[in-house]
Amino acid sequence: MHFEYNIISGDFSNAGSASSQIKKVLKQLNVDSVTIKRIVVALYEAEVNVVAHSFGGTIFAEITEEEIILILKDTGPGIPDISRAMQEGYSTASPQVREMGFGAGMGLPNIKKNADKLEIKSEVGVGTEVKIMVKLS
Amino acid sequence: MKIREVVALLDAKVFGDEQMLENEVEFAFSSDLMSDVLTVKTQNVLLLTGLANIQSLRTAEMSDVVNIIYVRGKKITDDMKELAEENDILLMECNYSMFKASGILYKAGIKPIY
Repeated sequence: MHFEYNIISGDFSNAGSASSQIKKVLKQLNVDSVTIKRIVVALYEAEVNVVAHSFGGTIFAEITEEEIILILKDTGPGIPDISRAMQEGYSTASPQVREMGFGAGMGLPNIKKNADKLEIKSEVGVGTEVKIMVKLS
Repeated sequence: MKIREVVALLDAKVFGDEQMLENEVEFAFSSDLMSDVLTVKTQNVLLLTGLANIQSLRTAEMSDVVNIIYVRGKKITDDMKELAEENDILLMECNYSMFKASGILYKAGIKPIY
């Protein structure tokens, strides 16, 4: 199964709607609740990151019997230092993002904790691609 | 403890299906930081927060939180009610501070996560 969702920069009222739809699909597929939670928490963190930091992007979700692969591709400023961005507490979030209850520098580390595999590719001034993989069995 | 008892202890106003007052809750987590809520692995947690916005609902949805108490007199908006109904989440408003609300529930036997 393949799904695609557009993410609009700065659209906080809809941030999480793609994660919500993926959650509904996984429930219909009878994936266990602990695995669903890991997937949607990781995806939601990543979705909020795209809304908060990029100029917009797309989520590509591929679900097979064995795993789910989520690719979030955005255009935007990119991440100059990925290893620093992976450190808990490091954040470049705006005051607006912090008012939403985010921007504590916990997003990427939390994605890593919930994913079986996480890959981040980024080019400054071009954009970022985040690939999250979680086994379903 | 049943949510019905939580509502009575906190003198809270309920928005949602009355049947959900029979929900049982064992653990609670108090935070205005949704990033923290998203790190909670325990199931069936009661969330106390002063962050009354759509993102608190989305965070609850992803974290399998089905009961939220908005403290410090924060008001639940119509779009929050709509999203809560869609996801079977019970919303409550409470005028107490987060400290007071958490203290009352802790004293009554609701357990902390950490």
